[in-house]
Amino acid sequence: MMDDLQELYQEVILDHNKSPRNYEVLANHNHFAEGDNPLCGDHIDVYLKVEGNTIKDIAFQGKGCAISKASASLMTSELKGRSLTETKELFEKFHKMVTSEIDETPDMDGLGKLAVLSGVKVFPLRIKCASLAWHTMNAALENNKELISTED
Amino acid sequence: MDYSGSILQTDVMTSLDVEKIRADFPILSQKVHGKDLAFLDNAASSQKPQQVLDATNNYYKTQHANIHRGVYHLSQVATFAYENSRKKIQKFINAASEKEIIFVRGTTEGINLVASSYGKDNVKAGDEIIITHMEHHSNIVPWQMLCKEKDAKLQVVPINDDGEMIFEELEKLISEKTKLIALAHISNSLGTINPVKDVIELAHQHNIPVLLDGAQAVPHEKVDVQELDCDFYTFSSHKVYGPTGIGVLYGKEELLEKMGPYQGGGDMIKSVTFEKTTYNDLPHKFEAGTPDIAGVVGLAVAIDYVESIGYDNIFQHEQELLKCGTEALSQIDGLKIIGTAKNKASVISFDMDGIHPHDIGQFLDNDGIAVRTGHHCTQPVMDRFNVPATTRASFSFYNTKEEIDRLVAGLIKVKEVFS
Repeated sequence: MMDDLQELYQEVILDHNKSPRNYEVLANHNHFAEGDNPLCGDHIDVYLKVEGNTIKDIAFQGKGCAISKASASLMTSELKGRSLTETKELFEKFHKMVTSEIDETPDMDGLGKLAVLSGVKVFPLRIKCASLAWHTMNAALENNKELISTED
Repeated sequence: MDYSGSILQTDVMTSLDVEKIRADFPILSQKVHGKDLAFLDNAASSQKPQQVLDATNNYYKTQHANIHRGVYHLSQVATFAYENSRKKIQKFINAASEKEIIFVRGTTEGINLVASSYGKDNVKAGDEIIITHMEHHSNIVPWQMLCKEKDAKLQVVPINDDGEMIFEELEKLISEKTKLIALAHISNSLGTINPVKDVIELAHQHNIPVLLDGAQAVPHEKVDVQELDCDFYTFSSHKVYGPTGIGVLYGKEELLEKMGPYQGGGDMIKSVTFEKTTYNDLPHKFEAGTPDIAGVVGLAVAIDYVESIGYDNIFQHEQELLKCGTEALSQIDGLKIIGTAKNKASVISFDMDGIHPHDIGQFLDNDGIAVRTGHHCTQPVMDRFNVPATTRASFSFYNTKEEIDRLVAGLIKVKEVFS
């Protein structure tokens, strides 16, 4: 069990929680969405600057647990400079990784640092913490003006 | 941090034989993640003694049939078990009559029943309902729904930085428009024991009825509804060591008599034709459908159990745990207790700076310690103290000083990981 907990709270996650990357309000953003996890009281704002088919810049702000904050931080680090097609693929892959069955080994090729979040699938209640930033980012790209909730 | 020589080393001096009590609760002896379970989430729901488990099991094994219906032996046995439990609960809270004891699914349904049935006939456009800032969502939302339906207004008594209601503000809010005051006897997220007798006295000077949400009070202290002179009182079985899914609404007979039914169905009627239905007498008027008979039987046994330990002993032990816990947790750097009322039940909510309660809860769980993390269904309280969530430890008579030591050790470990 301690191994599962250590797997969940790896150094990389603790580091991104303590010093989140791209933690700011992005000036000149052209996409924005807010996400809520009412069960935890987590809230996140995601800002994107998209030019053509490319995410030129991405940032976030919010409050939440270590998992949600680290996931948002890692996401912004991974997505900066990516094409929208790659972003969509990564989102799907990430989603599969955190929601796969415990005994299943998901395809983590190309996920890079995001793979450190694979530990959440052992803790069903924390999957939403890891996914919140991604769903909010997706809503921002779709220009969804409504507040995104993990409970909808 | 070294705790040797701290207050935790001194024994809790109470007359309770906690080890003997713990032996009555089979669930407490289990291991969680290889560690002894330390169950510190009693404000959410408490565990059940063997006596309650046996009573519900025995009911299904030897007594079950539908009540108030059959002429046959078993139906009469079940009816007797059910109605006898009602009498026991009447005595337990010292209601004047068993007609005043209505079985509901829990505190939430008790409040909804009053909001719906009492509210329907007594609240009109422009009227006001008063609650406090520390209410559980279940004592906010039903009144909001009623106010929306009736175009009435919900007034909220503010709380101070210690988490106590500001009594003078209540005095200011009361007017001829006030139709009901609803408040928690004890707050679930702050532990505050409200001055309910004073509230009721003040309200009655203005002929305003008062509903008390007793979910957090009945597990900790003796409730006497006649002494309080409250108009409605409601509590849940599962927080007072009884089964889930059952609770009690007490209402003064004269008020309940005037109220229309809550739900329609079997057992709440005297006669039905397609043209007209005559409703049953109290308390059956409010108990449509087959109730949770086994739950009621279990609740009565849970009450026997609590009374066999004695509220004086319970209060003394829990207050000692509260004192130990408060002192020990206060020594942790950066830990801030939310809810520091002078009169408190054994509930400690806290914020440990920079560390989200869900991360704290996850680490404590790994040590076998169960605490509640989140907003505790009191989001306005979280907003008032400017925190998204808190970690809450709530103690029962079966908790020990050693479990508080483990909580403190666990929290210190969490701090190290996140520092």
